[in-house]
Amino acid sequence: MKYKSQKVAYWFFALSMLLLILQLVYGFVMGFARIGFDNLHEFIPFNTARAVHTNLLVVWLLSGFMGAAYYIIPEEAQRELVSVKLAYVQLISLALVGVAAIVGYHFNYWEGRKFLEIPRPLDFLVVINVLLFLGLILVTLFKGKRRTTTALVLSMGLLFAALLYLPGMLPFDSQVTDSFFRWWVVHLWVEGVWELIMGGILSFLLIKLTGVDREVIEKWLYVIVGLTFLSGVLGTGHHYYYIGVNKIWLIVGGIFSALEPLAFLAMALFAVNMYRKGEKKHPNKLALYWTLGAAIVSFVGAGLLGFAHTLPQTNLYTHGTLVTAMHAHLAFWGAYGMIVLAIISYSLPNMTGRKLYLSSRGRAAFWLSNIGMIGMTVAFGVAGVVQVYLERKLGMEFMEVQKETEVHFVVLILCASLFTTGIILYVIDFYRHGRPTDEALEVNVE
Amino acid sequence: MLSKKQARAFFLGGTLVTFLIFIGLTIFSFSVENDQSNHENITEAVVRGKKIWESNNCMGCHTILGEGAYYAPELTKVVDRMNMKYEGQGEEVIKSILMSPVPWQPNGRKMVAYEMTEQEAADMVEFFKWIGEIDLNGFDRIVSPLAKEENNN
Repeated sequence: MKYKSQKVAYWFFALSMLLLILQLVYGFVMGFARIGFDNLHEFIPFNTARAVHTNLLVVWLLSGFMGAAYYIIPEEAQRELVSVKLAYVQLISLALVGVAAIVGYHFNYWEGRKFLEIPRPLDFLVVINVLLFLGLILVTLFKGKRRTTTALVLSMGLLFAALLYLPGMLPFDSQVTDSFFRWWVVHLWVEGVWELIMGGILSFLLIKLTGVDREVIEKWLYVIVGLTFLSGVLGTGHHYYYIGVNKIWLIVGGIFSALEPLAFLAMALFAVNMYRKGEKKHPNKLALYWTLGAAIVSFVGAGLLGFAHTLPQTNLYTHGTLVTAMHAHLAFWGAYGMIVLAIISYSLPNMTGRKLYLSSRGRAAFWLSNIGMIGMTVAFGVAGVVQVYLERKLGMEFMEVQKETEVHFVVLILCASLFTTGIILYVIDFYRHGRPTDEALEVNVE
Repeated sequence: MLSKKQARAFFLGGTLVTFLIFIGLTIFSFSVENDQSNHENITEAVVRGKKIWESNNCMGCHTILGEGAYYAPELTKVVDRMNMKYEGQGEEVIKSILMSPVPWQPNGRKMVAYEMTEQEAADMVEFFKWIGEIDLNGFDRIVSPLAKEENNN
């Protein structure tokens, strides 16, 4: 930490931790419902649990991205944030909008559009909140002493993420058009501009942790985000195969989504190569674990498992099944969950002055959460393949097939328990670092 | 060897070109001659049905056009499926499930009891019938009960 105002990031990360734990609670509610223990149905029916689970994911990741930006931008721009007070206003309003949305979901107050369930009036508050955030970040960046590629890519990702929220607010009478433009938000976020944010954070961490020359790292950052957009924008077509739009998307979506793993492969190779090339032995090994882990697991989860069901011939059978849940879990965890945990692991000792990065708890958190998540992915995958085969090949009834797959959800819950243990250990580590302090400015390892 | 400037040009140029193609394809697929979304048959009842569908977050359990939560059945061809199962009484069965004051629970898995009015339930049926007529590039055959029969024989 070089600037006092970077401390505001801590509170965004703390909000992330809280929401992550809550997300897991709702995940368990769904897991148990699937094996027949739907005892909370009166208060938390499955559709409520599902909306809360996915929306909490989006909000804890966004809060993590915002925290990352508040930490990274001052350091890159070499000046304090333009207003710390407004950053706190933004944090509190983000938390309030999030809580209001989640409480509303328990009272049937939502929009019912997958991932974008937030009701319209709250949408406008989200827009105001994000505009305030962007204002603070961009003004800091442009008043700063330097504008690095890392800072520009990160800010561009955040700016485009905000702009792309808008197509999701357009009203349509047709379910087809509604779905079409909903993917402009969801796909172009997670397989487009969020990767700019991930790339920006990754680049910052690699510069700090490996000591490789900034120019080299940032050059490859451009190549990677270039590959991401080259494949990802037209790759949106894989959501359009079977929702009632022209067959042209089968060809375009098929070709460009087959290229999407290349961007993730490039990111994994980039991170590992920079690590090998780096001569700096940064003591924060935990941050390095999470950073390299994010690059590698995102290649497996988002790249390889995405490719596993992205070709139109395969997707014809897997579309609308648990195979999607398999891919989604490892992809979100690897690409976005782990990069947020990486920047927290790196910045926390710097903001608090407590160097707990040698703790065995931190390592256990890394391994348990990753092994747990890989187990969950396998369980979803097996259930998904069984579902595809029995329901779509053999023509069995949906509910009969669900009975057959229950056992895989028992495995899922066991693996989720392992994952949760890892996350709890991570949160304990977070808590034990204590609050951020200005004294940390004097004891930093850069 | 690639310079940073060239890498930036690759990123900006590639993004611009693919985004322009994407916009072009969007316009192409919604142009009148290429549209296959059954748009012309949307009635006021279908629109009302869609609003009810959204305001109750049905997608939070079910899937439609293959999109949703995989906890409850795909509803793209629900009217056909229920007609086959209940000898042509599909629409009535769907309406009674939506109007029921107690949770419908096939095989023990509970659905929320929505207690819809007759009008609301009828709007939902119109929405499902409209969805069932969309050309889904072959996916309709995978989820349709009639196609399943053919697969089995």
